[in-house]
Amino acid sequence: MTEATDIAATVARPSRARSRALARFVRHRLALFGLAAIVVLVLLCAAGPYLWPYNDLRINMRQRFAEPLLAGLHVFGTDELGRDMLARLMMAGRVSLTVGFAAMAISTLVGILVGTLAGYFGGMIGTALMRFVDAVLCFPSIFLLLALAAFVQPTLLSITLVIAATAWMEVARVVEAQIRSLRERDFALASEALGASDAHIMFRELLPNAIAPIVVASTLNVARAILLEAYVSYLGYGIQPPVPSWGNMLNNAQEYLVTAPWLALLPGLLITLAVTGFNFVGDGLRDALDPRLDIS
Amino acid sequence: MITAMAPDALLQVDDLAVRFHGDAGTVAALNGVSFTVRPGETVALVGESGSGKSVTSLAIMRLTPPPPGCRVTGRVMLRGAAGEALDLLALPAEAMRSLRGSRIAMIFQEPMTSLNPVLTIGDQIAEAIAVHRGGARAAVLDAAAELLDLVGIPEPRARLSAYPHHLSGGMRQRVMIAIALSCDPALLIADEPTTALDVTVQAQILDLLRRLQQRTGMAVIFITHNLGVVAEIADRVMVMYAGRVVEQAPRRALFRSPLMPYTAGLLRSVPRLQVTAARVALEAIPGNVPDPTDLPPGCAFAPRCGHVQVGRCDAAMPALEVAEPDHLVRCLRWRDLASGTPG
Amino acid sequence: MSRFLFHRLAQYLVLLWLVSVIGFAVLHLAPGGPLAQFTLIPGMTAEQLQVIAHQMGLDRPLPVQYWEWFRRMMVGEWGRSYRDSQPVLYVIGAHLWPTLELMLSSSVVAVLLGTWVGVLGAIRRYSVFDYLATIGAMVALSIPTFWFGLVFIYIFSVKLAWLPPGNLYTIGDGSFLDYARHLIAPCLVLALVTIAIWSRYMRASMLEVVNQDYVRTARAKGVPERAVLVHHTIRNALLPMITIAGLQLPTLLSGALVTETVFTWPGMGRLFLDSIGYRDYPVVMGILMFSAMLVLIGNLLADLLYAVSDPRIRLD
Repeated sequence: MTEATDIAATVARPSRARSRALARFVRHRLALFGLAAIVVLVLLCAAGPYLWPYNDLRINMRQRFAEPLLAGLHVFGTDELGRDMLARLMMAGRVSLTVGFAAMAISTLVGILVGTLAGYFGGMIGTALMRFVDAVLCFPSIFLLLALAAFVQPTLLSITLVIAATAWMEVARVVEAQIRSLRERDFALASEALGASDAHIMFRELLPNAIAPIVVASTLNVARAILLEAYVSYLGYGIQPPVPSWGNMLNNAQEYLVTAPWLALLPGLLITLAVTGFNFVGDGLRDALDPRLDIS
Repeated sequence: MITAMAPDALLQVDDLAVRFHGDAGTVAALNGVSFTVRPGETVALVGESGSGKSVTSLAIMRLTPPPPGCRVTGRVMLRGAAGEALDLLALPAEAMRSLRGSRIAMIFQEPMTSLNPVLTIGDQIAEAIAVHRGGARAAVLDAAAELLDLVGIPEPRARLSAYPHHLSGGMRQRVMIAIALSCDPALLIADEPTTALDVTVQAQILDLLRRLQQRTGMAVIFITHNLGVVAEIADRVMVMYAGRVVEQAPRRALFRSPLMPYTAGLLRSVPRLQVTAARVALEAIPGNVPDPTDLPPGCAFAPRCGHVQVGRCDAAMPALEVAEPDHLVRCLRWRDLASGTPG
Repeated sequence: MSRFLFHRLAQYLVLLWLVSVIGFAVLHLAPGGPLAQFTLIPGMTAEQLQVIAHQMGLDRPLPVQYWEWFRRMMVGEWGRSYRDSQPVLYVIGAHLWPTLELMLSSSVVAVLLGTWVGVLGAIRRYSVFDYLATIGAMVALSIPTFWFGLVFIYIFSVKLAWLPPGNLYTIGDGSFLDYARHLIAPCLVLALVTIAIWSRYMRASMLEVVNQDYVRTARAKGVPERAVLVHHTIRNALLPMITIAGLQLPTLLSGALVTETVFTWPGMGRLFLDSIGYRDYPVVMGILMFSAMLVLIGNLLADLLYAVSDPRIRLD
């Protein structure tokens, strides 16, 4: 590089700093928006059912397909069995969000374990583990998810485990890369020289330094898990009725698309809102915690 | 203010300034730079990194970043092919574009990255010819092969289909020169063309440039930090420091009697064959180039200068004075220093 | 064969083998394993099950079973469908074309649109367009594909009645135009996610290239701005995108499955779901393995294409 471009790089960049700062601010605002959306959704789903007069399971055949806003207190309308949509959406949200968080927790733990082992030991073990990760990633996630879900008894736990089984690879990759580069640094060698055990170096010395990308990846993993739950439940192999989830509420909504479009629109909107929220927060965290991961 | 262009000038730069704007403030990368280049002449721009020499060349080419990030003021006049005076900074973008590569060409410091890695050498030379002259593909490729021959690349025909990574750094720089010469420019700006090359290759490229210049009669602005190179090729020399011209003189005068302490310092830091026997210690100039965002109020070189007079040199920016006809210097003390009065 | 390609091929063979191990594991991890199907048949006794297990070789050691299964898979003996006793590969083949048609058409749309959005976002960095594209891409990645399909049907089929709500063609019609009309909605729905991903990577790739020295060289040559953009910037920025395209295949296949479900599109995704519904184990396993292999082949092709397109990678 010539000096001119050097100057342009070090000096002209501040000239874009105004728009850059704007960019960061907008990002930040998006992250705040995402956080607000998540908090509102969580509060609504957690507390809403206690405050709302309708029960999500109460069938009322005289009140079928009540249109939103037109049927008194049924502000979000009713479904094909006359159940209150808002009550169902809130209960479904509990299930979907719980599955999302739980699957995230499990897949993050698995990812951390695999990634740490692979990154720390490297060599044959590391290569073998990471090749295994690559191989799992060859399977389109929904195909793998359905193939696993189809042959287990669908319960909240089994669905969560199945989703986690198809979502741990990203974390493993991120952690492996971090640990591998951290391992080369002095403090790992120093600990080794002091005779610390492998487990101690891995989990007490190295892992805490990889926390930032893990936080980012696991936030994005919640979004992913909520989406996967929606897919598998929509396709009929996830959470089974009468337990509602945002995904299975859409399961037969297509039939009523002409007469009662809100049955399809509302759950999907909430899924999109929740997933967007986690994605925005994840992106904001990435900006804040680890600018090197920023692809934009 | 319209000043006429000197009749014998090919390029006339008046009061050129370049400013980069940002939240962190404004940085004056270049200030009040004025000089003239006559046809066929070689003018060397010398200075350390950050002195503004490359910014000068990019400003002349109008290749600085677009406003508002970067603003160029002053005037750059170029003699057109028909003898007309062109005000480069005021030209429409399209007119300026058609001058680039045809009337003024440029070669860069990094031959390794200055060529597009996924296009063949032939394509990249042909593109320059096609843009300015057009013509049938076969004729354009013939011309490209001739150019490769001209810059001393063996088997020019075969090289047309080579990719940049097939060539060494020196060969790539020859290709860059071939591209630059493709439309017979009247002015070639060479921005540190030999800095990234091995010493032996440096000499070859310099030799090539000199021969091509004799052959085509083009003028060359040669940007370098290497005074050894300057001694070999320059007719006139402009020494730049912190975005200003600090001394300007014909080569002989500059090497024989540098007036600005900075120039003298630069000269003392050049290894010379004659004096190595006497083991004269090479002197590096102490200190560093000042931060362009935080320039001292007076002479920018004052903090590093061995002849500084506190209270005078650091008070106000000295003017560029005429020491002799054709020898300009920006130093308050040049008379004292020239007459040998101790500081 | 260059060392690069040889190395890659070796990697793919290892991956293929690992993929088969995972496939075999899924098969045997399922409760009851491959026998599960038969336990559902009314009146099935334990003795009969044992006989079937013996016939299927399930009483042999796992490595032996794996080897037998792998050997058969490699020579194309993927078993027969429980539903109609057709060979699994034949059943897959019969449903492959609609899926490929959907994936190819939506990839074309996504690459064109995504490139445009990415290029514009990069050359007008931090403009309003750039922000909207950034936010839009993140929202697009958050929308469940099937729900987007439902919204699409609601708007364009139910409300506007512009497009058919599903199927490959209208029975009794079948003209090219009819096919095309049916393809529009699923193609666009499937393209959404790919557009979002492609535009982000394209933008990043462009931003890498615009500051390269050779782009400055092109300007110094007097090349018109538009030609600089097309011949030097976009062209070079597209190169690494070949690899990205290969990596998007699993996402695209997943999306295709869901899109096919919403639009009753008779492709591999529908077949997969139907087969799950019928507990048609051989077909389910077959599609799972087939899709993973498709992904591997796609990545290999992307690598080859990249090697051919980038002169820096030597093929000699």
